[in-house]
Amino acid sequence: MHTLWILIIGSLVGVSCALVGCFLVLRRLAMLGDAISHAVLPGIVIAFMLTASRNTLPMLAGAGAFGVLTAWLTDVLIRRGQLQSDAAIGVTFTWLFAVGVILVSAFTGHVDLDVDCVLHGEILFVPFDTWTVGGVDIGPRAFWILTGVTLANLAVIGLGYKELKLCAFDAALAAAMGFNVALWHYLLMGLVALTTVAAFESVGAILVVAMLIVPANAAYLLTDRLSVMLLLAGLFGVLSAVGGYGLATLIDGSIAAAMAVFSGLLFLAAALLSPTHGALGYYLARRARHVSPRETMGSEPAINA
Amino acid sequence: MNWLEFFQFGSVNVRTVTLGCMVIGLSAGVLGCFAFLRRRSLLGDALAHAALPGVCVAFMLTGTRDPLVIMLGAVVACWLGAVSIDAITRYTRCKEESALGMVLSVFFGVGILLLTHIQHTGGAAQAGLERFLFGQAAAMRPHDLRVLSIASVLMLAATAVGYRHFKLASFDPQFMDALNLPRRWASLAMATLLVLAVAIGLQAVGVVLMAAMLVTPAAAARYWTHHLSVMLALAGVFGAISGAIGAYISYLQAGMPTGPWMVVAVSLIFGVSVLFAPKQGLVARGLRARRFRQRTAEENLLRTLYRLGEDRKDWEQAHTSGSLIQYRPMDTAVLLRVMGRLERQGLVYEPEEGLFQLTAQGLERAARLTRLHRLWELYLTQKLNLPADHVHADAEEIEHILTPELEAHLVASLEEPARDPHARAIPEDKE
Repeated sequence: MHTLWILIIGSLVGVSCALVGCFLVLRRLAMLGDAISHAVLPGIVIAFMLTASRNTLPMLAGAGAFGVLTAWLTDVLIRRGQLQSDAAIGVTFTWLFAVGVILVSAFTGHVDLDVDCVLHGEILFVPFDTWTVGGVDIGPRAFWILTGVTLANLAVIGLGYKELKLCAFDAALAAAMGFNVALWHYLLMGLVALTTVAAFESVGAILVVAMLIVPANAAYLLTDRLSVMLLLAGLFGVLSAVGGYGLATLIDGSIAAAMAVFSGLLFLAAALLSPTHGALGYYLARRARHVSPRETMGSEPAINA
Repeated sequence: MNWLEFFQFGSVNVRTVTLGCMVIGLSAGVLGCFAFLRRRSLLGDALAHAALPGVCVAFMLTGTRDPLVIMLGAVVACWLGAVSIDAITRYTRCKEESALGMVLSVFFGVGILLLTHIQHTGGAAQAGLERFLFGQAAAMRPHDLRVLSIASVLMLAATAVGYRHFKLASFDPQFMDALNLPRRWASLAMATLLVLAVAIGLQAVGVVLMAAMLVTPAAAARYWTHHLSVMLALAGVFGAISGAIGAYISYLQAGMPTGPWMVVAVSLIFGVSVLFAPKQGLVARGLRARRFRQRTAEENLLRTLYRLGEDRKDWEQAHTSGSLIQYRPMDTAVLLRVMGRLERQGLVYEPEEGLFQLTAQGLERAARLTRLHRLWELYLTQKLNLPADHVHADAEEIEHILTPELEAHLVASLEEPARDPHARAIPEDKE
């Protein structure tokens, strides 16, 4: 039963992260996902400290506040401070993460949180933390939270599919057609923060980045359709969870880390074997071109100065 | 009396730790500048995370925590990370930031997997490997310091040798190509030095926050100077100062990870730079903008006074604030405040309470401003064929910033004009 819960929770992490991850990847915001997942740490820690418990609502509020703070600080540094955007992101999230780590180190023992949890979560212990409603044990708390977040992600993507799609591929056109691009951007960032917090206990603040963008990138190499990409990314998320569990048992290490590694292996496989965008596909196509002299004459690119 | 002991640097340990952190901050600060200038600040983040599996493998293979061995492992892993990023962007259609994020998180995953594996299986020898995550300066030994210092001196020497090429590659790679200089080698050398800076920083800062020691000092230094050499020096100094602060706090509070404190210290330096740097700081720029707004308001009122006197060619008469406001709508309180400033500068005086008149000096300034305004209007209508009723707003802005040189150009190209597009006389140049 314990194993089953770990697999289910891991899969839910994989699916919820992969869904929002697809839009991060398409909007070229992968590193912003990294920044947000780091920067919400002080919010989570402060919520832990204030409530002295793992209540979900304060945690979400704290993380949400710091997610917004990150976006705002980055924006201020770029606009008012005239700093280039990569450096603005780099300065902001490292600072907030450092503050978070210091808080964790200073209050270890007072709260049920330590540096290991920040780094790679404690998915092994998550199933023991169960919810009882009206005296009945209804299963791990993380399961219900992650189910909620996954459903929230699905709902937003389902309702705003057209808008999110247009914003992802052509934000200028979306703006010209009268869609509120900024609103959808912040909604997406909100979902990223929400998903990060929900996944935090299970996989920690850094490895969640892997779950956000690696399955999504693997799916990106296999299809040109957004709906298929979302499905594939979700599937890869589940596969990473299951495969990661296997890998972790095999070599006796952290399950969350093994999930990240397994997702990396999936990406590697996709990069090599994808029929349309894989290295093997490119290689075969190039060989095929060299075989046919008529095509070679036509396909030699002109010199692009 | 813990803190006093620290500043006496009496014990070898304190000296070692402080110097070590300063050396690390210095080299990371200097070498981070190039990544910053090439807008690749987040590369340092990815490479630092990617170093972790190298540290673990080096330890698993040799069983020691000798800094040289660990550094070697870190360098190899960083290199693999850099190669992976390059391969992903080159051979797949994934974008660069996706490649950075994936290498960062997957390599880090491998590192954590190995680390937890070592923890679960290893004996007592593994203790202390986690300190490469967030840095633990207190564990630094004189031997570590020697290795760090030698590596750091070599890196700084390499930077000095390659300085001119690095500078070109950072600012104008195309020009470098045009001169047939080895751009790819310069990039490679810069990447190698970045990797080395990451590798030597691991012990004090740790892989997770190493990125900050590369980006933040450079970003802070950029606010103080426009010269690369000064920027490198400043970033190095900022890095070294935060290293000392991190070491100090880690000394006061045993068990506190050094890395986060170094990052907080350098972020504070950054915050001070953003706010108070003499030219580009927010405060200085705010003051400059405010002064400009004030001067604009003053000059607008001078011009209004000139315009009011122009109809009767009589500038010796005083005007009420009411007639000024009628001509240029504004709040009375604002008008009185601006007039107060003009009076203090001796450009306007009040013959009676509430009446304003230009002084001789003020008339001269007002005439010159009117002249610039009308020259510009004429230029726009004659040279750019704009209709006469469209040029006022534009002239309203440019009159405050036209220099005497531009004025001379305008006069020359308009052939000594006498009247503006609205048939008003252009005041003559007094000088």
